[in-house]
Amino acid sequence: MKSAFYYKTKKVTLNLVIHLFLLSVAVTCLYPLLWMVASSFKTQETIFRDISLIPRQLHFQNYYLAVSESNFGRYLINSIFYTVSVVLGIVFISSLAAYAFSRLRFPGRNIIFIVFMAAMMIPIPGSFVALFVLLNKLHLRNTPLGYILCMISVGLSMSIFLLKTFFDTMPRELEDAARIDGCSKIGIYRHVALPFARPVLAVVVVFNALNVWNEYVLALIIFDSKNLMPLQRAVMMFRGEFLTNYPLLMAGLTITALPIIIVYLLMQKYIVKGVTQAVFG
Amino acid sequence: MLPAVAIFCIFYIVPFIWVFQLSLSDWDGILPTKSFIGLDNFKEIIFQDASWWQSIRNAGYITLIALTLQNALAFLLAWACDREIRAKNFYRVIFFIPPVLSEIVVGMAWRFIINDVDGANIINRMLVSMGLPQLVRSWLSDPKTALTTVALVHSWKGFGWGFLIFLAGLQTIPRELDEAARVDGANAWHRFRKITLPLMIPVIILVAILTVLGTMQAFVLITSLVQSELAGHTSVPVLRILALMRDSSRFGYACAQGITLGAILVIISFMQYSLSKRYRQV
Repeated sequence: MKSAFYYKTKKVTLNLVIHLFLLSVAVTCLYPLLWMVASSFKTQETIFRDISLIPRQLHFQNYYLAVSESNFGRYLINSIFYTVSVVLGIVFISSLAAYAFSRLRFPGRNIIFIVFMAAMMIPIPGSFVALFVLLNKLHLRNTPLGYILCMISVGLSMSIFLLKTFFDTMPRELEDAARIDGCSKIGIYRHVALPFARPVLAVVVVFNALNVWNEYVLALIIFDSKNLMPLQRAVMMFRGEFLTNYPLLMAGLTITALPIIIVYLLMQKYIVKGVTQAVFG
Repeated sequence: MLPAVAIFCIFYIVPFIWVFQLSLSDWDGILPTKSFIGLDNFKEIIFQDASWWQSIRNAGYITLIALTLQNALAFLLAWACDREIRAKNFYRVIFFIPPVLSEIVVGMAWRFIINDVDGANIINRMLVSMGLPQLVRSWLSDPKTALTTVALVHSWKGFGWGFLIFLAGLQTIPRELDEAARVDGANAWHRFRKITLPLMIPVIILVAILTVLGTMQAFVLITSLVQSELAGHTSVPVLRILALMRDSSRFGYACAQGITLGAILVIISFMQYSLSKRYRQV
């Protein structure tokens, strides 16, 4: 006969094992980041000797150097500018399109929607080659506009999918009421549908912001001028120039990573929601 | 509606068609004329290009590790988090930090941690303190360990996605099923095998599809992690495509490689998808 004590001990041990497991993985997740931030406050001399996560002395000179001599302030502004423009563009265009797919009847509606969705599923790994040629032809290569338009196109399918699924579940009575009150179609979209879709719009904003901020490939093939580059591209170039200056490099990386971590921590509930929604409909 | 279709057509459909067009031609990206050469590019890829197949094998190896190690870890973590434990949310937030970071940041930070032979290399330090100094090496430069190291860092970055999807999947399983089985005397292992696992198979296959698609096309992490990516032992397909375009100006051939890889991926995804359909019917 097993006593209550046996069961209790068993449960406590099991919980302990689970926590140990989860905790060890969590430490592995955080360690490289803490290490990166810590190293950015060290100097070239101390970085290989002082391996602690909390540096004995905080040297801010790396950040000063990164911003003053390596132009990191400029890249930061570029990244912010691209991210904000692309996200605004996607929100505006995809919400209109999703609303139209959900509520308006027009010829070819289903086919166009299927094509959008297919774009989400079918991988074309070499498409950046053709995009490069196209932007050259349109004289949009090495311009912010070219980059912004490409990135908008990248985010459209997913955003339209999320928003359309939401608009489909929106009760029609709301719109009928607005129509009776004399609202136009655009008016209904602006005053009824958009405010109603705010939670989904948040998901769209967060996902696209992460995506644009972290984008590298298109930035690589589109930009030649240093002044136009976003952070991800700049930090790679930076490595080529200061290969062995690890503290400076880590300061650059921290500038690149910190904004996105802050946004993530503030908005993480929308990310969980977005994943759940995108996967389970 | 119209702007969406316009942007989409110009920046997605047109390139899509051009990739196919270019793949049938021999073009350096500058000359106004493209010479049509039929399927010659594809013949070259399939029969002559050893380095292409090497890169596919490398990507396949990374994918294999991601499919097994990364997804098993993700599933275990999700399973551990899908119960009444403290700090559940804390873990969830932490596990998704690597996926929100860019591949550039992850690659460079890890390179700094594991590549130097002496100095800051944490793994080598641990090996020395465990009395195994003969295992100390430059993990990313040594051809023997480079690819595995890349695969492990890739898994580190990627497991958070699987974790989140598995967790969402587990939460859709009604608790009553588990309770009923418990009342009937099924032990934890039995409940896991007879209830959790069968219900999770569609989700597992979905994660597998996403893993294959993501990993086979991954390359930014490798660029930022390894210095000489084209040395062969860590080269992957998309890196080769990029190099063909930027360094050798073989636009047509690059597109043909893209299509070959795309076709391989579509076939694999389709196979996985039909597998999941079969399970759903059972």
